[in-house]
Amino acid sequence: MRTLFYIIQKEFIQIFRDRLMPRIIIGVPLLQMLVLAYAATFEVKDTRLVVADLSLSEDSRQLIAHFEGSRFFKVVAVFPDYKEAEHLLLKGKAHQILVIPADFAGASHRGEVPRVQILTDAVDALAAGVRTGYALQVIESFGKNISPKVTSIPNDGLQFKELFWYNPSLNYQTYMVPGILAHLVTILGMFLSALNIVKEKERGTIEQINVTPVKKYQFIAGKLLPFWLLALFDLAFGLLLAKFIFQLPMLGSIPLLFFTASLYLVVVLSFGLIISTLAETQQQAMFIAWFFAIVFLMLSGLFTPIDSMPIWAKVFNYFNPVAYFIKALRMILLKGSGIKELWSLLCILAIYAIASLSFATRWYRKTSS
Amino acid sequence: MNYNTNNLSIKVENLERRFGNFTAVNKISFSVRRGEIFGLLGANGAGKTTTLRMLCGLLAPTSGTALIDNTDVARQPEKVRFKIGYMSQRFSLYEDLTVWENFRFYGGVYGMSAKDIRKKFEDLSQRLNFGEQADRLTRDLPLGWKQKLAFMVAAFHNPPVIFLDEPTSGVDPMVRRQFWDLIYESALAGTTIIVTTHYLDEAMYCDRLAIMAEGSIKAYGTPAGVLDEFKAVNMQEVFLKIAGKEALLQ
Repeated sequence: MRTLFYIIQKEFIQIFRDRLMPRIIIGVPLLQMLVLAYAATFEVKDTRLVVADLSLSEDSRQLIAHFEGSRFFKVVAVFPDYKEAEHLLLKGKAHQILVIPADFAGASHRGEVPRVQILTDAVDALAAGVRTGYALQVIESFGKNISPKVTSIPNDGLQFKELFWYNPSLNYQTYMVPGILAHLVTILGMFLSALNIVKEKERGTIEQINVTPVKKYQFIAGKLLPFWLLALFDLAFGLLLAKFIFQLPMLGSIPLLFFTASLYLVVVLSFGLIISTLAETQQQAMFIAWFFAIVFLMLSGLFTPIDSMPIWAKVFNYFNPVAYFIKALRMILLKGSGIKELWSLLCILAIYAIASLSFATRWYRKTSS
Repeated sequence: MNYNTNNLSIKVENLERRFGNFTAVNKISFSVRRGEIFGLLGANGAGKTTTLRMLCGLLAPTSGTALIDNTDVARQPEKVRFKIGYMSQRFSLYEDLTVWENFRFYGGVYGMSAKDIRKKFEDLSQRLNFGEQADRLTRDLPLGWKQKLAFMVAAFHNPPVIFLDEPTSGVDPMVRRQFWDLIYESALAGTTIIVTTHYLDEAMYCDRLAIMAEGSIKAYGTPAGVLDEFKAVNMQEVFLKIAGKEALLQ
């Protein structure tokens, strides 16, 4: 125990004596939260809409006004014919065309369903899907809000109401911020630990440690604990930012969240230390850590839903601790899930933690063969 | 001095280390008595550092045995580690720690109590007059001081055996002299010292020595005995006879 204390004391002195470190510890969470949470969103704002109004009626003008009233749309032009509208789409001046046919007005009086057509520039397929969805919402709400003159557009009689649980307004920041928190502690933990032992190798100080009676587990624990505390501190810092900047809901138990993070961080830090014991230079360690961080984070469901990934990626994610951690964070924060819902997930993380820690201890060699 | 085996601090038998096809150390044998200053001499690449690394348990031998205080280094490395101090060829104290923090850390990992560390450090810094350096970062110290501190850190936990790998390389003659004073002091207190060097004049400071070339021991004994054996007036001549002119030019 005393040996461990001396190692941890030394690590902390070195961490805080490095002028860059306090900036990394405070700056990285700030930057990631502010930049990523605002930039990495699936929300598509300011769709430039061009209207081909062939109806030129009271009804069509009301529909256009409805689009103008939506915060997602900007009606850039209204043409009485289709050709000019299409021209704007081709030139990239508009994202979407709303075609209102000549028989739009009075269709419902004649007992027909009024029809409109939406054409979307689908070069960016994801954005196109979102834009189409927004347009349908506007048309639907138009159908509901309009005076009895027009009874229903586009679906007559059938009414449905969508309910989104846990994130009722479909706020993307609510969805992204827990993931970004996971991203934050992963990157920070992995890189700091990956660079640590190899730095001692480069400076030659590792030899001096290796001739001492320090036990392997003491050495690994002494290297791991300071970064473990720092990463947990950064998680707390990130959570505070999330709470006060993004009003992130925190329905579940915060101690449970930190317990989950503690297990997860043992996995990440051990992995970093394994890289550090295998690499010969900081440069090598950096490349290896970067490669693994990218693969694990990209496939983790942080940026794209796991449900839309191919089978192999889904299978991979059964072995991806990052995916488990992001899932746990979202469950705890957004759904208020408790230990009952999370215990199997926690077991998996615990198994990973024990396995990676023992590998890190095993692979660190005091005597080279 | 008595030569019986109970008084042996180090006993090396047929110690060999190969790296692939290259034999760095070729089945060498030697022994060192307690309190002796034993020199390992040779040109760069002669196998001195490899030998030392095997004795410290940093490198596993390919074959052969090395006993320190009758404990096999390869079999019980953890037991041996309490008995040795090591100063590597590269300055390997933490440059971003102060002098005091380095001593505290190494004292701590060798299991010394906080009180002992404090007291011993104060005695040492008074005796050797580096009190005002105690709170300076080691990176800011002159090379001579760094080398002396590295030695004192290696000796801090009072190990019975200290290994010094090229401790005086790169420092001026004045500091070399001071450094050897430190070595003598430790040896007088009963510590066994194994030192590698490529300075031939330092050979004369050793009680006994082994001269290595191409992984083998070519000469072994007291400095006077070695000069006698090679019918030489100084170590340079011995070296010339052993390794040819190239070794000297290096």
